[in-house]
Amino acid sequence: MSEPLLKVEGVQAKYGDFIAVQSASLDVPEGKIVSLIGSNGAGKSTLMDTIAGLHKPSAGKIYFKGEDITGLPAEKIVTRGLSLVPQGSRCFIRMSVEDNLIMGSFPKNVRAKAKDSLERVYSLFPVLKEKRNDASGSLSGGQRQMVAIGRALMTNPELILFDEISLGLAPTIIKDIYATVKDINRTTGMTVVLVEQDTHRAIKTGEFCHVMLKGNVVLSGRSKELGDDEIKKAYFGI
Amino acid sequence: MIIIQYLINGIMLGGIYALLGVGMTMIFGIVKLTNLAHGEFVIIGAYASTLVAQALGVDPILTLIVTVPFMFLLGMGLQSGLINRVMQKGSEPALLVTFGLSIILQDAMLLLFTADARHAGAAYSSTIIKIGSISIALLDIILLAISLLSILILTWFLNKTYMGRSIRATSDDTQAASLMGVSVKKTYAIALGIAMATAAVAGLCIGLKWTFYASSGGSYLLIAFGVVVIGGMGSIPGTLVAGLIFGLAQVIGGANWGLLISYVLLIIMLAVRPQGLFSK
Repeated sequence: MSEPLLKVEGVQAKYGDFIAVQSASLDVPEGKIVSLIGSNGAGKSTLMDTIAGLHKPSAGKIYFKGEDITGLPAEKIVTRGLSLVPQGSRCFIRMSVEDNLIMGSFPKNVRAKAKDSLERVYSLFPVLKEKRNDASGSLSGGQRQMVAIGRALMTNPELILFDEISLGLAPTIIKDIYATVKDINRTTGMTVVLVEQDTHRAIKTGEFCHVMLKGNVVLSGRSKELGDDEIKKAYFGI
Repeated sequence: MIIIQYLINGIMLGGIYALLGVGMTMIFGIVKLTNLAHGEFVIIGAYASTLVAQALGVDPILTLIVTVPFMFLLGMGLQSGLINRVMQKGSEPALLVTFGLSIILQDAMLLLFTADARHAGAAYSSTIIKIGSISIALLDIILLAISLLSILILTWFLNKTYMGRSIRATSDDTQAASLMGVSVKKTYAIALGIAMATAAVAGLCIGLKWTFYASSGGSYLLIAFGVVVIGGMGSIPGTLVAGLIFGLAQVIGGANWGLLISYVLLIIMLAVRPQGLFSK
C-alpha cells in the first residue's frame, strides 16, 4: 500500500493537566472513507481538533501528504487541503447561508474557484440555495449541518474530517447526509474521516475503521475484517 | 416649525454620535473588548486633522487622505503589538491596558500639544442655509454626510468583501473562522485599525464643529459608550439609531439637561433591554 494521506503518530493532547488523547496513532489511506468510533469522552473530537490545528498536541507527529503539519495553526492547515466539519456544525449564525458558504473560499488559493464551488454545493444541497439569504441561525439542525459541510467543501479539501455530523439529527436526515458524504467520496475521490458514536453506521459506511477508548486508538483495520465482537470489546474496553 | 428645527439639529448631531459609537461597537462585537481608549483615539484624530490642515493650509476634510491610513496602521500596530498579547491573559487585563493607554495618550497629547483649546476652521464653517423659518448650518450638513458615508462604506465593506466577511465570521465563532483559513489575531488587528480609522473621521468632525482639548477624550468616550449600549453591542444599524436618539436628547435637553436625559435613557435601556435595541 502506498503512503497514507494522513498519518497520526503517537499524538497526545491535553487540556491543562487533563489528558484527553493519550497516544493516538492511525493512518488514513487516500480516497477512502475511514470511520473513527468510540464512546463519549474517548477523545475523538479532541483528536480531530488536534489534526485540524485547533488544538496543539503535547507529543507526537501528524503528517499530511507526507509533510509534517504538527502544531501548525488551523488557518494554515486548511490551505493545504485538510478541512474539519466541527461537532455541532458551528455555523456563523448571524451571517446568511450564502455568506457562510463564501467564507469557505476565504483561503486565497481557492478564491478563483469560489463561484463553481458554490454552484456545486447548491446542487448537493438544493435547500441551501432556497435559503441562501436567510441567517444560518434560523435554520434547522440538519440544514445547519449542510451549511457546515458545504462551507468545508468550499475550501476544496483533499481530506475532510466529519466530527459527529449525525449528532442530534432525525434518522431520515442522517441517512440523507450520509448518502451525500458517500456520493462526494465516490464522485470526487475526496478522502473522508467520519467520527461516529453509532458503531453500526460507522462500519457500514467506512471501508476502514478505528476504535478509540480512553484517549487511545485501541483497534484498527478493514471494517469487513473486524468482527462485531472484537469491535464491541474495543469500544467498551471489556 | 420649532419641532422640525429640533429634529433637524438632533439628526445632525446624531450622525457624529453614531460615528463615535461605530468604532467602539466594532471592537465590542469582534474583539469582545471594551476599548476605554476610544475617546483618546478620537482626539488624536482631531489633532491630526487640525494640525495637518494648518501645516499644509488645506481644507480639514482633505486631511482624511492622510489621517485615515495613519490611524488605521496605528490601530493595527497597537492591536498586534500590545493588545493581542495581553488578551492571551484574559479580558480583564486587556480592559485595564486600554484604560492605561487612555491615560498615557491623554498625557502624551497634553505634553505635545499643550492644554490650549483647538479648532479646525474651514471656509464654510459659518455658512447658514435658510429654508423658510428653518436654518441649517452648511457645516452640519457636510458633517452628517461624512458620518453617514463612512458608516455606509464600513457596512458595505463588512458585507461584501472577503475581509469584511472574515471579520463578521470571527465575531460569530473564532474557531470556525480559523478553520476557514482566517487568522484571528490578524483579524483583530484589522478591526482595531478600522475602529481607529473611524475615530479619525469622528475626530475631524469634532474638530470642525467644536473646540477640543487634550483632555476631551473622556466625554466622547461616554457618548460612544452610551450609543453602543443603547444600540446593542456590535450592531452598526443599532449604533446609527442610538446616535440619533442621543443627538435628539442632546438638542431637546440643551446644555443643561441634554447629557442627563441621554444617560437616564441609557439606564432605562440597561434595566429594560440590556442587550440593546438591535442585538439578538
